[in-house]
Amino acid sequence: MSALGTRDSDLAGGRRWLPDRWLLAALATAGLVALPIATIVFRAAEPAQNIWSHLIETILPTYMGNTLWLVLGVGAGTVCLGASTAWLVTMYRFPGRAIFTWALLLPLAVPSYILAFVITDQLEYAGTVQVTLRALFGWSSPRDYWFPEIRSIGAATAVLTLVLYPYVYLLSRAAFVEQCVELFEVSRTLGSGPLRTFFCVALPMARPAIAVGTALALMETLNEYGTVSFFAVPTIAAGIFDVWLNMDNPAGAAQMALLLVVIALLLVYMERAARHRSRYYATTRQVRALPQTRLPRSGAWLATAWCLLPIVLGFVLPASVLCAYAIDFYTVTLAKDYVSLALNSLYLAGWAALGTTVIGVVLAYGVRLSQHKAMRGAAELATIGYAIPGAVLAVGIMFPLGTIDNTLDRWSQVLFDYPLGLLLSGTGAALVVGYCARFSAIGYRTIDAGLSKVTPSMEGAARTLGAGPGRTLWQVHLPLIKPSVVAAALLVFVDTMKELPLTLILRPFNFETLATFVFQYASEELLEECALGALTIVGAGIVPVILISRTLSRARPGHLHA
Amino acid sequence: MRPTFMAAVFAMAAALPVCASANGEVNLYSYRQGFLIEPILAEFTKQTGINVNLVFAKKGIVEKIKAAGANNPADAVLTVDIGRLDALAQAGLLQPVTSPALNIIPSAYRHEDGLWYGLTTRARVVYAHKDRVPEGAINNVADLADAKWRGKLCTRSGKHVYNVGLIASVIAHHGEAEAEQWLRGVKANLARKPQGNDRAQAKGIYEGVCDIAIANHYYMGKMATNEKKPEQQEWAKVIRVTFLDQDGVGQHVNLSGAGVIKGAKNKDNAVRLIEFLASPEAQHMYATNNFEYPVRPGIKTDPYIESFGSFKADSLPLSAIAKHRKEASKLVDKLKFNEGADG
Repeated sequence: MSALGTRDSDLAGGRRWLPDRWLLAALATAGLVALPIATIVFRAAEPAQNIWSHLIETILPTYMGNTLWLVLGVGAGTVCLGASTAWLVTMYRFPGRAIFTWALLLPLAVPSYILAFVITDQLEYAGTVQVTLRALFGWSSPRDYWFPEIRSIGAATAVLTLVLYPYVYLLSRAAFVEQCVELFEVSRTLGSGPLRTFFCVALPMARPAIAVGTALALMETLNEYGTVSFFAVPTIAAGIFDVWLNMDNPAGAAQMALLLVVIALLLVYMERAARHRSRYYATTRQVRALPQTRLPRSGAWLATAWCLLPIVLGFVLPASVLCAYAIDFYTVTLAKDYVSLALNSLYLAGWAALGTTVIGVVLAYGVRLSQHKAMRGAAELATIGYAIPGAVLAVGIMFPLGTIDNTLDRWSQVLFDYPLGLLLSGTGAALVVGYCARFSAIGYRTIDAGLSKVTPSMEGAARTLGAGPGRTLWQVHLPLIKPSVVAAALLVFVDTMKELPLTLILRPFNFETLATFVFQYASEELLEECALGALTIVGAGIVPVILISRTLSRARPGHLHA
Repeated sequence: MRPTFMAAVFAMAAALPVCASANGEVNLYSYRQGFLIEPILAEFTKQTGINVNLVFAKKGIVEKIKAAGANNPADAVLTVDIGRLDALAQAGLLQPVTSPALNIIPSAYRHEDGLWYGLTTRARVVYAHKDRVPEGAINNVADLADAKWRGKLCTRSGKHVYNVGLIASVIAHHGEAEAEQWLRGVKANLARKPQGNDRAQAKGIYEGVCDIAIANHYYMGKMATNEKKPEQQEWAKVIRVTFLDQDGVGQHVNLSGAGVIKGAKNKDNAVRLIEFLASPEAQHMYATNNFEYPVRPGIKTDPYIESFGSFKADSLPLSAIAKHRKEASKLVDKLKFNEGADG
């Protein structure tokens, strides 16, 4: 029934398709998406003062150590939290399950710097937790007792885990939902308990999806700057900005950015190696609904508590604190043209989601058709920019856009005597291009994960019936991988709503989004004043989150027959 | 579903924001948050009819100007520290401006060729707890390294531009070797790992985490007058502001300022904007809205800030201090300042 371990070569079938047009389209897309990274490579090669001897002697071990611990911590945290909750809500019945299925995605909508601020506010000396402790034990000064340092790598790891585990949850839930009931039944019949079934059957089957979710979470961890600097944890990203801005050495900063790229490529390589040779698809589209086991009383409450934990810490807490602030300070936000801020954000997020999804489909389908290792490598490389900080990527986008703009402008002046000015980089188009470059990793990886589960015999059947690659994609693959496509689009939508560093620098004059508005105040640690704006970012993320979840629940072929 | 989808795409395309271009405008890149500068810019527009188009960003402005090349739309840049002004000047992105109206700015606070003009100064002072620290216990930047403050000093990240500026000024006055010795002493005195902004240091003093802190003076004004968050008034109440090195080189200050970008299409308007920002009216607004010290002599600051008394500022030109930012930043790396005191 299930074809674990089918070889790649099956995909191409006996007679090769004509992948040329698709290959070219995919290559061209990869080339465009890779422009910012290429620019950064060129910048890194510019002659500049060598920073490496200084860095290696002094701070680089600290940067590397912090980055490594953060990646390990967030990696372990997101997998534990994301995969376990996805398994629980897919396979078991317990109180709150129906709500948890979508509510577990909610922390995705919370910008990490806001969660960082709120958690610090609660845990620091003047926060609720320590005030309560002091009242209980009669302590009166910080010297009377020990309390863990809040501005630390531990807290940074916790915050990043809370906002990033939904990637793993989303993708592993998709995998659990789509897998065969029969496999679990066989496992149970052979005498395995539920835990053993989870670890020996479900987890390995879902490994590619979990790996993709984790890779996305870790790339985001690598590019993270706001949260880690808030927690005073100098990572490689922090070092990049120091070399760039304090040491006036953009070339050195670009070299450090490439260090992040190398680390990200290692992660991607490990992800690929993890599913080396094996392909994970079911050869039959099973139509039976997943049976859900009702958990015994104690287990049920344990499951409820486990699912509640990330929702409460990652969403309910920050959202309610923001609500409280917003009630006191809403006038500050409303004094601005609040509606136009929100519209700008929604509008850009819509474009980014559309653009990124198209890029993702073209890349992933091109890779699938071509069967070339090199093509896959090109797609991986092109989308690796997600791992470097947004402001650095923005610089990589500015230069190609500036060159294109100035060339078009010159031609237009010569041919039509009409100055075009900065057609792309002077308008909101720069932002959309920027988002597509930044988030193409989400589009490509999510859709690629979806495609990898479609059996190659589908291609064979479509081809035998005379459909070309385009028609096959449109009529066979896209309907099959619709959940992945929707998930990719909505993930990018939510991420764009929150996106800050790239928006800040690539936007045109007098153009404000919710994120940039919030940042003005948040950068002064005046979160109260912008709470309504921040709450709107979170609120705008909820609708997509529910949509993703509904698409997922319906994705199960047996859904309608259940 | 298809037609609706396409219609949505076209509607989205039609709404793509395009930057307006009309006569009588000036395009401004600002490192200062929009909400802090907009009241002053609004006054400028009211008086001159010149519209100000604004982008606020903290990083990448230098690159943005370079990338746009000949079509660069920005006319002027507004910064909040000398480091950015210096970086723009070093990158060759500013053009010299001469204006009789700007000569009122003391020469230490403007570029010798008129590439940039300072607008406000921000004194990096010592906040001390009024009861726990006797008056006169700390007088100089050098005292910050005194072992008597072991475990009693708070400050934000050593990599923050304000601290980099302070360390650069120590290097400028005493040389790198002595600065290293000093910074080592400061690090040993840290009560906690450097973190938060300057306001967080005041809070640290209030809570008893530390007795003294290095911070910019104007946060005191922001906290003391904060009616929406009265707890900050309590923080300010326990703090005494001390100006440093009054018997020596003078108090280290940082500089916010502005410059006109090379090839600016609205150069005249840009110059008018900077002239306005240096005018008594705008200087007074800076002083009252954001509690900074106007560079223009003879402007009354906020009464609360006046209560700190007057002070002698370091007379070394800020451009001479800015030259040492790189070494300052490297020193922070070398001593692992941001990890806090050892043990």
